[in-house]
Amino acid sequence: MDLKTLTYIVVGLSFALYVGIAIWARAGSTKEFYVAGGGVHPIVNGMATAADWMSAASFISMAGLIAFLGYGGSVYLMGWTGGYVLLAVLLAPYLRKFGKFTVPEFIGDRYYSSAARIVAVICLIFISFTYVAGQMRGVGIVFSRFLEVEIATGLMIGMGLVFFYAVLGGMKGITYTQVAQYCVLIFAYTIPAVFISMQITGNPIPQLGLGGNMGDMAFLNKLDRVVTDLGFAAYTSGDKSMIDVFCITLALMAGTAGLPHVIVRFFTVPKVHDARVSAGWALVFIAILYTTAPAVGAMARYNLHTTVNSSLATGGDVFAPEASLNGADRPAWMQRWEKTGLIRWEDKNGDGRIQYYNEKSKNPEFLAKAEAAGWKGNELGSKGKKGEFDGKVDRDIMVLANPEIAGLPDWVIALVAAGGIAAALSTAAGLLLVISASISHDLLKGVFARNISEKTELMAGRIAAAAAVLVAGYLGYNPPGFVAEVVAFAFGLACASLFPTIVMGIFYKAMNKEGAIAGMLSGLVFTMAYIVYFKGIFIEPMAKNEAANWFMGISPEGIGVVGAIVNVVVALVVSKMTAPCPDHIQHMVEGIRYPRGAGTAQAH
Amino acid sequence: MSKSTTFDPKAYWSATLRLLMLTLAIWFVVSFGAGILFRDALDAIQLGGYPLGFWFAQQGSIFVFVGLIFWYAKRMDKIDREHDVHED
Repeated sequence: MDLKTLTYIVVGLSFALYVGIAIWARAGSTKEFYVAGGGVHPIVNGMATAADWMSAASFISMAGLIAFLGYGGSVYLMGWTGGYVLLAVLLAPYLRKFGKFTVPEFIGDRYYSSAARIVAVICLIFISFTYVAGQMRGVGIVFSRFLEVEIATGLMIGMGLVFFYAVLGGMKGITYTQVAQYCVLIFAYTIPAVFISMQITGNPIPQLGLGGNMGDMAFLNKLDRVVTDLGFAAYTSGDKSMIDVFCITLALMAGTAGLPHVIVRFFTVPKVHDARVSAGWALVFIAILYTTAPAVGAMARYNLHTTVNSSLATGGDVFAPEASLNGADRPAWMQRWEKTGLIRWEDKNGDGRIQYYNEKSKNPEFLAKAEAAGWKGNELGSKGKKGEFDGKVDRDIMVLANPEIAGLPDWVIALVAAGGIAAALSTAAGLLLVISASISHDLLKGVFARNISEKTELMAGRIAAAAAVLVAGYLGYNPPGFVAEVVAFAFGLACASLFPTIVMGIFYKAMNKEGAIAGMLSGLVFTMAYIVYFKGIFIEPMAKNEAANWFMGISPEGIGVVGAIVNVVVALVVSKMTAPCPDHIQHMVEGIRYPRGAGTAQAH
Repeated sequence: MSKSTTFDPKAYWSATLRLLMLTLAIWFVVSFGAGILFRDALDAIQLGGYPLGFWFAQQGSIFVFVGLIFWYAKRMDKIDREHDVHED
């Protein structure tokens, strides 16, 4: 059987599974639609949270990011896991005790204000839509690369599937499909990793393999030597400044804890105790992928370099002409992925061989040797936006082509395709649900049409979910030029707006509505302005995005931390100058702090 | 909420906050401390084939986070029971 047929079968089977689960877990009430009835077991919820949280970016892009950033990639590893500690101790148990359906609902009730609720809805919609556009794009890309269909066709299939189980099943349908999707994606991720770790270090556990030996030398030392021999920065040191690494990590952690589609998952468990434990389970399931990713990244990077320059593995002269890979003999996977533009070879010095190195190396001695060897610039990269040669190999190839680079059987490749789609669909569904809930529950039922019946609200929720799927599909097909930039946006905004406001709502009784609204808005506006200033979303960037121009050396990815500080300071100052928080609200906040009496999530 | 005669909200909340600060201190030390601020010093020590600071940044901090949440949940259960605010 050829690879394409096999991929169709594996992906088709996974879809049949999701559809079957969706039919079995239909939602009949608003409570089932918003919080899956509130009776989800903490381990099941942890698994669903893990699938919800791990997006196409985690599955497809992260290992590649780490591969090319080395130590610098640690910001994603720590940043996207450490947030669960914040969730477990600062947010999840208290929001569960509060026992409502959505994040804006908590903010609206806690700050006794519809205005605060609407501001929270705006933050939520902005965060969730930027995020979901990337997921739909991921679905389209996996379809087009593995199944060789048009991106548009892939998107339609993905949309149809999400439509089916998110609209029909609501949170209940999503929860159980996410459990299935987690199983698919974690198998798809770890199996190639185990094989590759075996091949390189002889240890089947990638987490140990990364710290293992290769011959008589530690693998990481060997990798450091390989990359520095080609003029790159040492793998284990990286080149980001310490303050920037610090701020990006913190922004990603607080951003994670402030993402509405992650927070609502903790509304689905029966008790406060379960909310705490469930955060732990979620992190267990996430950690399986997140501790494997650095091994995948490092080993894929090693494989790529040693394939292109044979002297790197043997310790011979890397500048010897015959060390560089003869272009005509390049492996089949390279030729296959060249069609997608993820990798491209351009013979700059016309010697018929591929020289892959850092042409902007900070090591003058290395550059002199490269020039003496007749190297006229790095020759391995990818297809740029305008079809030109871009001297960076696309990072996604590190996961997508990984099984082929390592020569693994076809069924593993088919599994990776199914895993990529599972990762993208599970996150997209979770995001679409919080968008629809914020419209039907917060805007309609909460503010503009308080008198609608539960049945009408459920229908409104379904219509909103359907509309959100269509908008997401459109954004995925026709991404505004900034999709790649918006990840920083989503996390920065969550970190600067929702996270501090919710934490203050629980831990600072005296915080009043004026302070919260002023704080949320100033955190949001500051962060948005800083990112737009350097990244130029909708407008041209106003300053070059480089360390010399940054505020205290903090990049737009890390600025959410400063935004959060602005939020808190403004909130404190404004709350001191305005009417104090009413007694009955302070009383309610005290009630949130004690677990007893959580019961199930309450309808009104 | 059923308030028993032994329930002292202030004592419960300060016990909770103490545990919270301790948990966040550990969270900070293993990630921002070992993985970022003191990484260079720790990298001089090897853990198998890993420089220690690098290991904390890419593996160790994540393992500690997992254990930390379960430990926190267990300690909170104990505090809840001691102050008679536990569920069931």
